[in-house]
Amino acid sequence: MTNASWETLSNQAIAVCGVVYFLALLSHLIEWSALRKLPLSVGSVPVAATRTSSAGAAGGSTTAVLDEPEVDEDAERRTNLFGRLGLLLTVIAVAVHLVGLVGRGMAADPNRVPWGNMYEFTISGSFCVALLYLVLYRKFSLAWMAPIVTGLVLVLLMVAVIWLHDEVAPLSEALNSPWLVIHVVSAVIATGAFTLGGIGVLLFLLKERTEKRGKSGGYLARVPSTATLDRVSYRIHAFAFPVWTFAVLITGPIWAHQAWAAYWSWDPKEVWAFITWVLYAGYLHARATAGWKGRNASILALLGMATLWFSFIGVNFFITSDHSYAEGLGQSTVVSTRL
Amino acid sequence: MSTTSTSDRPDTGRRAGELTFRELLRWVWRQLTSMRTALVLLLLLALAAVPGSIIPQEGVDALRTTQWQEQHPDLTPVYERLGLFDVYGSPWFASIYVLLMVSLVGCIIPRTWKHVASLRAAPPRAPRNLARLPDHASYRTDEDVDAVLERARQVLKRRRYRVRPSDEGDAAVSSERGYLREVGNLVFHLSVIVVLVGFGVGSMFGYKGGVILPVGQGFSNNLTQYDDFNPGSFFTGDDMEPFCFTVDDFDVEWLLDGPRAGMSRGFSADTRYQVDCTGADQSEEKDYDLRVNHPLAIGDTEVFLIGHGYAPVITVRDGNGDVVTTGPTVFLPQDQSLFSFGVVKSAYAATGQVGLEGVLYPTFMLDQNGDPQNLMGELNNPLISMLVYTGDLGLDSGEPQSLYILKKDGAEPVQNEDGTPLRLDMQVGDTVQLPDGLGSVTFEGIQEWNRLQISKTPAKFVTLAGVVLALLGLLGSLFIRPRRLWVRARVVDGETLVEVAALDRSGGGDVTTEIDEVVAALRGDSPAKENP
Repeated sequence: MTNASWETLSNQAIAVCGVVYFLALLSHLIEWSALRKLPLSVGSVPVAATRTSSAGAAGGSTTAVLDEPEVDEDAERRTNLFGRLGLLLTVIAVAVHLVGLVGRGMAADPNRVPWGNMYEFTISGSFCVALLYLVLYRKFSLAWMAPIVTGLVLVLLMVAVIWLHDEVAPLSEALNSPWLVIHVVSAVIATGAFTLGGIGVLLFLLKERTEKRGKSGGYLARVPSTATLDRVSYRIHAFAFPVWTFAVLITGPIWAHQAWAAYWSWDPKEVWAFITWVLYAGYLHARATAGWKGRNASILALLGMATLWFSFIGVNFFITSDHSYAEGLGQSTVVSTRL
Repeated sequence: MSTTSTSDRPDTGRRAGELTFRELLRWVWRQLTSMRTALVLLLLLALAAVPGSIIPQEGVDALRTTQWQEQHPDLTPVYERLGLFDVYGSPWFASIYVLLMVSLVGCIIPRTWKHVASLRAAPPRAPRNLARLPDHASYRTDEDVDAVLERARQVLKRRRYRVRPSDEGDAAVSSERGYLREVGNLVFHLSVIVVLVGFGVGSMFGYKGGVILPVGQGFSNNLTQYDDFNPGSFFTGDDMEPFCFTVDDFDVEWLLDGPRAGMSRGFSADTRYQVDCTGADQSEEKDYDLRVNHPLAIGDTEVFLIGHGYAPVITVRDGNGDVVTTGPTVFLPQDQSLFSFGVVKSAYAATGQVGLEGVLYPTFMLDQNGDPQNLMGELNNPLISMLVYTGDLGLDSGEPQSLYILKKDGAEPVQNEDGTPLRLDMQVGDTVQLPDGLGSVTFEGIQEWNRLQISKTPAKFVTLAGVVLALLGLLGSLFIRPRRLWVRARVVDGETLVEVAALDRSGGGDVTTEIDEVVAALRGDSPAKENP
């Protein structure tokens, strides 16, 4: 295949996977609309039994049986069917998404990793979000996350295709380094994981608020308990944080040292990546600090996600940085990057 | 109550709540080393880093800082006083991270002792009622109590638990594992200090300098040869290594088609260098292909290729025909197509000072509107377009001047006969006679130059080791699960009731599977092991 046909394949694959993500989202929306008709204990996303199952088995189950209204079996079948269909479609979409990434890498001359500009970073990052969601789906019972993840990935892909799309192009000289593979892939993985964890944290805050107000219904009623949400999002963050540390504080400086003669020069991109690191460190720290657990810690994690995305998008568009084609007098632009 | 705390001193009738100096210090220390203060300082650090990314920084981009300061004359003095042009070197930024470090040390040292003590102590005894713990399980068996407990010890040891030697009269086994979590935690925090020290040493004892070096010219490593030089506060000139090098040839590959047509890549500077160029015993010459991302290391100093551009060779003759300036003049690129700006100054012309100021088009063309355009950076149709000034260019005053700025306060543009400013549009080989007997200008050719960054960063491997250690510690503190697990056996109704309970000490861990596995190991082996 020629480079041009690889590029066409990649563009088509991204378009197709966008459509499939959309179908997955639709399917999950049908699932969730059917779930509204069912009591919380049944359906494709039953409210998870609490960890102390012994307590539930002792007294809870009998009352549950007594209180249980008649189950609309048709609706139950529908939720199961569309839930599974949505998951299947997501798997297909992720596979097609991967084809899009591979095609993108094969279209370049010489072949390279598909994260050399913002468009590529966004499609790689959203792939990472979707893939991590699938990988962790069973471990953390993430069925409740399905509509959000498919919707978010779809939006990210649309943003990438509409605003960020760029033809496949050779890399600028400074990007031409093995560290592109290591540094950026770890940044992509961490960004994907932080985003996924951010969803958990956001829902923790929403759920906590509704619980405080004493009303609980609709989507939030089926989201796991605040304790579970907190634990799941902590564990995703606990995975993402070392990866981010590796990207920002180890491989980044090593590469910066090779390309720019200084491993840390307070370039705006470095500053914002550092701020993000500090905020997430604050989140992990806050979870162990009395008075900061739960709500405050979660707000820190959300702030971290905001600065994370700002350091990707904001720095490139609003601030002059060596990471975004800084064009200064007296310095020619051999060594700028845009990621 | 105050009598107990100040028993070593007579009560001097202080008011309630009044603190002695020592108590105040202790109170401050306790506040400073609390987790909450550390967290607040961490957030302050994040907040304090923000302005440095929005306001141009002297240490990052000096030129842009100067431009910004010229555009904002009112804000500049205020910002200067606040240190906002050098945020990361300012006292208030330093005070945040120094406080953070103090807080960290104050928190870490007592925790280290505490952890050492817990490593030496046996795991705590089993609580009286295991069924009260949130995570527990039980089963009944025919085995006798001792056999169950003995196997429990083996099972737990195999699962890498530390087992309490004996539970003093209680028919129970107490165990604990995951001590490395706290070790990881401590290592992480200590490595932060290592990183800070390494970073500090690197920036205080190192230097960073830049030079624009025309191809073919040599460079020897001493202060006079640098265009800009940023030494650390403790750097002395004696620390400069006596190497020298010459860039003999410079290659660029220009992309002529595709989406990045006009982009250049494959920069490669053929460099000859000597580790020691001083004294009689000069070291042997070596070759190096200097490229982006592939710095040349000479001793502890490194040379980086970070840019390139053109230096037109312009000769100015005075009215008598004598050469007043000649040689390559470095022009600074204004964009990626190497459209460049530069000035030529000739001070000693007998017929008056002459200055040229203008631009270089590496590939000149006229667009459909007849406006001059630069197509790309490759030298396909180079053209310089310069205005000529004469009068007092400030070249006699002895004041230091920028090579790239023409002082025009006392000068006047040279004009054509019709009164429009004279503009020289010249291609290579052209010579233009200036009016009024000022002389002539010849565009002889173009040389290439490289922009090189030369830096010495001591302790960079200390810093790297610190970060790697921090990451390892972080992994330990995040993924090692410290837990305590107890097994108790007692005879109930002629059978042995075995209770297993566990406690996750990290918060957020799930110990139910652990309990299940231990129970399975205790039960599953029992028939096989009963008659050995």
